[in-house]
This record gives sequence, structure tokens and C-alpha cells, in this order.
Amino acid sequence: MKRRSRRVGDVALSLGTGLAAALVLLIVVVILGDVVYNGAPHMTLTFLTQAPRDGMTAGGIFPAIFGTVALVVLMTLAVLPAGVATAIYLSEYANPGSRLTRLVRVAVNNLAGVPSIVFGLFGLGFFVQFVGAGIDRALYGGQRVFGQPALVWAALTMAVLTLPVVIVATEEALAAVPRELRLASAALGASRLQTIVRVVLPQALPGILTGAILAISRGAGEVAPILFTGVAYFLPKLPRSLHDQFMQLGYHVYVLSTQSPDVDATRPILYATVLVLLLLTFALNATAVVVRSHMRRRFAGASS
Amino acid sequence: MRAREHTDQEFEQELRHLREQLLLMGSHVEGIISASLRALVERDSELAQRTIEADRVVDRLEIEIDGLCLQILARRQPVASDLRFVTMVLKAVTDLERMGDLGVNISERVLELNNETPLKPYVDLPRMADETQMMLREALDAFVAKDADRARRVIARDQIIDDLYAQIFRELLTYMMEESKNVYRATRLQSIAKYLERIADHATNLAELVVFMVKGSDIRHPDSRSEGDKN
Amino acid sequence: MNGDANTDAAKISLSVRDLIVSYGDKRALGPVSMEIAEKHVTALIGPSGCGKSTFLRSLNRMNDLVLGCRVEGDVRLDGQAIYGPGVDPVEVRRRVGMVFQKSNPFPKTIFDNVAYGLRIGGMRDRAEIAGRVERALERAALWTEVKDRLGESAMGLSGGQQQRLCIARALAVEPEVLLMDEPASALDPIATAHIEELIHELARDYTVVIVTHNMQQAARVSDYTAFFYMGDMVEFASTDTIFTHPSQPRTEDYVTGRFG
Repeated sequence: MKRRSRRVGDVALSLGTGLAAALVLLIVVVILGDVVYNGAPHMTLTFLTQAPRDGMTAGGIFPAIFGTVALVVLMTLAVLPAGVATAIYLSEYANPGSRLTRLVRVAVNNLAGVPSIVFGLFGLGFFVQFVGAGIDRALYGGQRVFGQPALVWAALTMAVLTLPVVIVATEEALAAVPRELRLASAALGASRLQTIVRVVLPQALPGILTGAILAISRGAGEVAPILFTGVAYFLPKLPRSLHDQFMQLGYHVYVLSTQSPDVDATRPILYATVLVLLLLTFALNATAVVVRSHMRRRFAGASS
Repeated sequence: MRAREHTDQEFEQELRHLREQLLLMGSHVEGIISASLRALVERDSELAQRTIEADRVVDRLEIEIDGLCLQILARRQPVASDLRFVTMVLKAVTDLERMGDLGVNISERVLELNNETPLKPYVDLPRMADETQMMLREALDAFVAKDADRARRVIARDQIIDDLYAQIFRELLTYMMEESKNVYRATRLQSIAKYLERIADHATNLAELVVFMVKGSDIRHPDSRSEGDKN
Repeated sequence: MNGDANTDAAKISLSVRDLIVSYGDKRALGPVSMEIAEKHVTALIGPSGCGKSTFLRSLNRMNDLVLGCRVEGDVRLDGQAIYGPGVDPVEVRRRVGMVFQKSNPFPKTIFDNVAYGLRIGGMRDRAEIAGRVERALERAALWTEVKDRLGESAMGLSGGQQQRLCIARALAVEPEVLLMDEPASALDPIATAHIEELIHELARDYTVVIVTHNMQQAARVSDYTAFFYMGDMVEFASTDTIFTHPSQPRTEDYVTGRFG
């Protein structure tokens, strides 16, 4: 009697979880399918390399692509050093029980929970209006150069947003490096810095890259933080310096779907833009995954 | 916190068994000595014959104990006091086995003597035999009690045996010079005395081994032993 | 606490006086005093938790890396104090090397593993590094097995080879003393025999201190043995003495298996 009900339970569970997985797959397939079907035909080379025309009803999305890439690159340059350094401090130097350490961890955790739009407001208030205005007063005699939405402020805001992700991923990667290796290095007369640089970091690199991937993925897609800090819905020229504004794919999708004068003409452009955005994200992810697995293979057999 | 027994009960058992077998062998040898002297004094040839055969038990025990020691050495890799104990036993069985053989030799001479009339009343020989037996018994007791002082006293008593032997030898010599008919019996008696003296030497060896086992110091070399010479 | 092993005949490499090691408020070891003879093998034996590994780590200041660990007392390497203001633990560790229980080669090439200590010490000359690497591998009895694959990952070596690699790595910086914490406990009997043979060879040029829970190994390999129990050093004497007629009853009980 008991065996039968257990079997039924088993079957029910496997069916249920299988259905859930299938549902997820279905959703992804539907979304992707819809986007590819409607967007692929419009995704031509000219589309990718031209600027939008006629109030977004024609033309391409090149500035948006450029802007997205520039934003992501700057964001990564800002967040990786800061995040990795913080993680190294927490993992290798800090006294685990001390108040400072606990304070930092609490701060990181809370930062991870802040809604993206709040980051946008923070970026506006702090970077644009405080730091930017201060730079203007100091270097430009009051002229409005940095005290307005700009690529650099958007990138820094995104960096703050993705900081917790990088810190956590890096910390985990550092913790995964076996303690025996640190001991071995110390016993050979290495200073702590030498141990970190020569032994710990190289082995933690795959994990750190994971953090970078996650950060990049978010950076390519998030729109709220850049709303007030640097993105514009149409610019005649590409951003040429850090204090210029920029266009971005995610925001462009929003603009196309809400501000278009001619919905029918815009629809294919919209789909193609979404497709490009997805492809870009996938490409970024795939690159990092390839790099990470390549590094893993180099350390094949390492204890971890 | 200090335990007296080995954590490994089987090992403890093996050591205990080894000790028992050694003591058993010792008691057999004691028996052989006393029986052979009784056979002499009571002119009991049957007893002498039985004594000769009893030595086989002693020989069998020697083989058995040697085997046990080898086993323990191989399987247990004993150290410190255990090691000293096992190596001591290995050497002790050699001494005991020789003592048994000497007892047999005594009985063989007794058989020869019983075909003749006694040369003289036996006074000193029994005394020598008693003393020798006591030395053996004391050495074995010292072994059981792990008493090095007791063992050293055994070593000291060897002097008495040597003196007794010298005395008997002088006396027998007189008998031999008196009459040539005495020579046969006198030489047999002198041999018996010689055997007893050697048995005592072996008992002394046992005592020295006991001191080594208990103290860990080898007292054999500084006291170089040679026949009839004791400092 | 018997610290006299009559090592007067040999020159003293490490001299320990009233060493006390505590974790927080709890005293883990000491006071211990002993003198370790140069170019001989000294073994530290005792049941688990007796403090022998703690003692070993005090000799190259690896205890500094343990949180909350406090070391008092005097330890001198060749007459120079290794604890004290102004002494750099990094320098101490270059003169007193260590090999661990479980081999821990870096996930780098065989060559880079052995060269690691040299490079962090600032050596740059490629030829000199290569020479030292070769000599170290030879001394660790590993050269012939790996000389054609120095560029391969160290993780591809067998357990026994990895341990010998760790020994070579430690030897490359030319320490005066080599500390070994149960170096063969993770190895099969044949690999263990190789390591023991190696220890024997190494003692010609280095002072070796080895912690082992295997008494037979201590008996085979060492010239002097120290017995630790519950944070105290109970007896320190020549190995022959410890294993044929130790003077302390606790030592006697331990080596004969009457406890622990």
C-alpha cells in the first residue's frame, strides 16, 4: 500500500517539475520565435550601421548599438577594479569577525537589493548634480560640461548597481581557492600580496570572470539607472567624449514603442532592435563563457 | 589516565601466553633437575629413564615459544619494554633448553652409576642441586615480579655453586688417587657436578636477562663472565 | 618535561626555550624547551591533539597565520631569535621551509612550482633559476622522472611525485631547516618508503624536523624523538632510547600501545 502511494508521488513530482521546465522552455521559445520571426528580416547591414531617420520610422540603430557598447565597456572598467579590490579586502585582509567587515558586508547586501530606479535617482543627484557640477565649477568656470547627464555618469551609476554582483562572485571565487595553496605560498616566504597576486588571483580568475559576465549582462539591459544620468532618445551625433550623452538599445526599444508617430512603420524596426539587443547580450555572455572555460581547462585537475 | 594493559587486547593476550609458556618451560626444567638428583640418591633407574624422556617436552616448548616470539615480532613490531621482553624470552628459552639437556646428561650418568655400588654417601651433590634449583626458581620469580634486585641476588649466588664444585672436585680427586677402581664412579660423579655447575651458569644468564628486561641496561659486558670467575 | 637528549655532540640548529602557544585564552602547548640538532632528523610523536603540529608551526612562524594565536617564549635559529620586534616572518620562512601533510602543488607547471620560491625572493636570472630548479628536483629524487616535462602541469603527477615536488619546491630556496608535517600519511607504502629514503638523504645537508603519528616511521627515520602529550613535551631523547628503554612511563605507555 505504501509503495504504491510513494510511486504515485514520484511520478507526480517528476511530471510536475518536467512540466515547469517545459513551460519555461516554451516561454523562451515563444519570445525568441516571435522576435526572430518579426525582426530578422529587417536586420540588414544597413540597419545596423545607419542612424535613425524620419522620426525613428526609418533608418538604422547604429548609434544605439554604439552607445550600449560604450556604456558597458566604461561600466566594466569602473566596476571590476572596485569590486575585485573590495572582495580581496573582505576575503584576504579583513578580520572576519570585526565590526568593519560586518558593516561592509551588510552594505553590500543592501546595495544588491536597491531597485534600479533608485540608482538612477542617486546617479542624478550625486554624480550629475554634485560631482558633475563641482567639476564644472572647478575646471570649467561654471560652464555646463559635466554637470548634466553624460556617458560617464551613466556608466558610473551602472557600476554602482552591479558592484554587489561582482563583489559576491569574486569573493566566492577567492574562497574557492584552497587554503593549502595560500599556506604553501606563505611557507615559501611569500608576502601576502605576492600570494594574492601569484597564486590566489590566477586561480580565482574564472570565478571573477563569472562576476564580470553577470555584471555585463545587467549592464546591457538595464534602462532605469541611465534614464536620468545620460541616455537620450535621439542624438544627431555619436558621443565623442565622456561628457556627451548617448543612445542605448534598451531605451531605444522603449522610445520606439511609445513615441512613434507611425506604429506600423516602426514595428519591424522595433522587433529588429529587440533582436539586436538580445543577440548582443548573448554574444557578450558567450564570449565570457568561452574565455572562462578556456581558463578552466588550463587549470585542469586543480583541486577546487 | 594511564592504563596498564595494551589497548589491543589480542596483543595483551599474546604477551600473557608467552609469559605462561616460559614459566611452564621453567617448571619442567626444575622438575627434571630435581628428578635426576632424586634418581641418583634413591638409585632409581626408572626415574632416571623417565627424566630423560621428559626432556622432550622441554624441547617442544622451546620450538613453540620461539615461534610465538617470531610471530609477535613480525606482527606487532613491539618496542621498549615489550621489545625487551620478547627478545629476553628468545634468549631465555635457549638457556632453559640447555638446562634441560644438562638434566638429561645427569640422568644418563645416574643410569651408569646405578649399575655400581655407591662410591660415597651423597651430601654435597644434593646440596649443590638444591642450590642450583633455587637459583633457577628465584630467577623465574624475579622474572614474574620484574624484580631486578632479586635477579641480581641470583647472580651473586653463583659463587656458592662454584665453591661447591671446587670442593666436590677436590674430594673426588682424592678418591681417584686412592684407588684406580674408584675412577669410573668418581668421574661420573664429577661430570654430574660439572653439569650442575653449568646449570647454575645458565640460571645466572636468566637472571641477567631479567635485569636487562626490567632496567633496559645490558649488564652482561662490564661483568664479563667466565667459568668459576666472579668479581 | 625532559629536554635533554644529549645533543651536545651535534651542533644545535634550532634552540627552543619556554615556548608557549595559546589560542585566545586556551593554552595549547608548552612551556617547551628543547634543542634540535643540526643535520639530523628529529621526530615529533604523540597522539592527536597533543601539540606536536603546533610546535612544528612555531618553528617557522606559520602560527602567525592562525587567527588568535599567541606565541610566547624564545626560538632561535642558529643563535638568532626568530620571534621578536623587527624580525620579518617572511625571512624566517625562507630559512625554515615546510612540507605539508597533503601535497599542495600550485596549479602551475612543474618548473614554475619549483621556481616559485626563487621568483618571489627576487631572483630574475633565468639560467640561475633553471639551475636551482634542477638541483632541487635532483635532491628531491624527482629530476629523472620529470626532466622532460617541466612545462607540464604539476597536477598531472602522482601523489608521491607531487609530494616530492613540494619537497623540491621547499628545497629550491635553500633553507637551513626543513619541517615536515606528516609528509607520508597520504601516500601508499611504496611512495612512503621513497619519502623516508629521501628524508634520510636530506639529513646530510639539512636539519629535518618531522611530525608523524606513525611510530614505526619515527623509529625508522629519525635520530632523535620527542614525545608530546596534551600540550607538554614529555620526553626528548635519541630514537634508540625512546624505543628501547624510555625513561618516562607515559612515553613507555604510548610507544607500546598501552594508550593513545
